[in-house]
Amino acid sequence: MNIVNFTPISALSGGLLIGLSVALFFTLNGRLIGISGIASSVIVSKDRRVDNFLFLFGLILGPVFYNLIFGKEINISISNSIILLVAAGALVGFGTRLSNGCTSGHGISGISRFSLRSIIATITFMLIGILTVSITGVL
Amino acid sequence: MSKIVSLVCGIIFGIGLVISEMINPEKVLGFLNIFRDWDPSLAFVMIGALIISTPIFHLFKNNNKPLFLPSFSIPTNKEIDKKLIIGSIFFGSGWGLVGLCPGPAITSLALLNISSIIFVLSMFIGFYIASKYN
Repeated sequence: MNIVNFTPISALSGGLLIGLSVALFFTLNGRLIGISGIASSVIVSKDRRVDNFLFLFGLILGPVFYNLIFGKEINISISNSIILLVAAGALVGFGTRLSNGCTSGHGISGISRFSLRSIIATITFMLIGILTVSITGVL
Repeated sequence: MSKIVSLVCGIIFGIGLVISEMINPEKVLGFLNIFRDWDPSLAFVMIGALIISTPIFHLFKNNNKPLFLPSFSIPTNKEIDKKLIIGSIFFGSGWGLVGLCPGPAITSLALLNISSIIFVLSMFIGFYIASKYN
């Protein structure tokens, strides 16, 4: 194993902002952020639909504000295989809805409240993610 | 007020995903690539988030109500069941294939990247199909 591209300061700073968002949403609106839950609610539930929609709209505004504040371009590198994108997107959507949480809902909000369910979910999707990358990296 | 809070929290969360580079699938795949060239950065995203959210949750969870709504809404399901494990396995494999999870995927729509758009549409189809099972 080699350690590469390690950027702990930006990772920690971004993480603190994510934690701040979770903390504000909980103390002000009384809910714990889980993005798969918020996003799937928009299409399958009428419950707090406007709040959920506005949160998602805010997420999309995030990069716009980042650009205005820091004046930096955002570069991402993502697969361009349509089959892979469709399969992975469907797996992520189906899986997070079935287990009621994703990286934010289980990984941050759930672990914050010491939920055993969320700890087990987080360990599972992390290990499977590692396994998947290990397999596709060899292919 | 709860609507303004939702929008502002979304913006803060989105900026956090950009600064931490969680929005970049290459970075996520680097984090999951522990057996070869490992980029441990994203562990620090989780640490950063948890050191804020954990104490705040435990300080406020016994309050009567949040500031802008009549009551708290905290998940009550404690069951470790098949749905939890199978769902997490599906999610982990999709996450490892492309390097996007729901938050970064939706946030990356701002970049008008066709790959992100295809991923997010497929993700919503996945949400819809799973909602028929729940």
